[in-house]
Amino acid sequence: MGAYFTEIFRGLQSLAIGLGITFKEFFQPVVTVSYPYETIKMSERYRGHIELIEDEEGKAKCVVCGMCERACPSGCISLASESVEYEVEVKGEMKTKKKKVLTKYDLNFTTCSLCGQCVENCNFGAITFSKDYNLASSRKEDFHFDLLNRLKERNS
Amino acid sequence: MSGPIHIQPGETFTLNVGPQHPATHGVLRVKMEMDGEYIVKAETVLGYIHRMHELMGENRTYPQVLPNLSRLDYLGALGYTHGHVLAVERAAGIEVPERAEYIRAITVELNRVASHLFWFGAFVMDLGGFTPLMYAIQDREHILDMLEAVTGSRLTYCYYRFGGLYNDIDDDFIAAAKAFIPRMRKSLKKYDALVTGNIIFEKRLKDIGPISAEMCRKYGATGPVARGAGIDFDVRKNEPYSVYPEFDFDIPVYHECDSLARYKVRMEEMEQSLRIVEQGLEKLPDGPIMPAKKPKLIKPPAGDYYQAVETARGSFGIRIVSDGGKNAYRFKLRSPTYSNMSLFDEACEGMMIMDALAMMGSLDLVIPEIDR
Repeated sequence: MGAYFTEIFRGLQSLAIGLGITFKEFFQPVVTVSYPYETIKMSERYRGHIELIEDEEGKAKCVVCGMCERACPSGCISLASESVEYEVEVKGEMKTKKKKVLTKYDLNFTTCSLCGQCVENCNFGAITFSKDYNLASSRKEDFHFDLLNRLKERNS
Repeated sequence: MSGPIHIQPGETFTLNVGPQHPATHGVLRVKMEMDGEYIVKAETVLGYIHRMHELMGENRTYPQVLPNLSRLDYLGALGYTHGHVLAVERAAGIEVPERAEYIRAITVELNRVASHLFWFGAFVMDLGGFTPLMYAIQDREHILDMLEAVTGSRLTYCYYRFGGLYNDIDDDFIAAAKAFIPRMRKSLKKYDALVTGNIIFEKRLKDIGPISAEMCRKYGATGPVARGAGIDFDVRKNEPYSVYPEFDFDIPVYHECDSLARYKVRMEEMEQSLRIVEQGLEKLPDGPIMPAKKPKLIKPPAGDYYQAVETARGSFGIRIVSDGGKNAYRFKLRSPTYSNMSLFDEACEGMMIMDALAMMGSLDLVIPEIDR
């Protein structure tokens, strides 16, 4: 009989302790932000989708070696290039040389898993992660990024 | 439609729990044969989130599989990626700098605390208490912020590389981790007072959902489920890997075999993980995070390699059979929750349905990891 009442008392006491804790938490400062009006600053290393880096002339640093394309586990990068002839002075003589110029850098973000293999495998430091996280759309075409176009838009 | 269905005495009916049911925490389906509120027979049905990770591991090069491993268990992802890099390093014979191994151990343990915190919140929510989930998520948020600052992502990390790490930790991380440890210890005391002592919680779990040591051995259950049944087995102690022999920590073992024992094991494991983080930060050596000499193309010599690690849910094993090529010939993942879940069918026979669901919560199932 005694044990019965002790258990009831112990049970009520445990509930009171729990309520005390929640009551104390009630007066703690708010830890959330109301999202669309306030945002949290993204950390330095945050990985968004990839972005091209420009050189001093404002053109893409990419030399179209295709390392990122080959390293990508999901095959979401596709490159296109054309070869351009240009003249260069070698030992006082003018010579024509050919070089590859990037014409298209397509990123299919729907299959990207943000592993960072492309950025790591780039030997020319031509791509980086963006801090863009506010991506929402109901159409999947919106996630096929033309990175060269984005670079031009950023510069203009 | 005809009139109401009258069940005759002794007649059973089938109840489908899932695949879309909040108590199964994912797309697990349990086909239960019920006699009133009592379970006569249960059968777990899998296959709703199968993504062929093993096959992907076989037709991709070794570095290309790196992001896959964190998609197995999204709550304790670092433990799984740790197992993968250790297995490939063992196969290809890559040396890892000491600093990298220390950072791996610190981040894995922080991730284990985050995983257990989320389990704690979800488990109490299964039993009907919503508030502890909010407190647990608040603490977990600190860990995720810390890990985001070093790894760049919040859940599906791709941080470890063969031979080292993607990038080094900074002073901010060390300061944040040092500030987090006392905060978490205070929170653990709060959880003890709020949940462990609660009379309703105790009555729902004590002596309910028995899983004996024999059953654990029969189904190959590991992790907190086995430790709650009195089996003193932890891969970190029994088959030490990485820098774990350097740390001083205990393995909590309870012999009660009930749901409460499994709960207590996990709560104590958080404290032990904090101890490892504390010691790791203290002993953290200086030096590089990637080896000076690393093969450009990873091609392990032909052979059979196995590596087991202790993740938040139990012993995770990864077997790589190499034929000397760029891809693995066989890529086998032994996931702990698959074994832990398999015993559910047998263990829940004759139980009441709400007790069975409480027991399922105490198994800590993460479905994408069962169904890889």
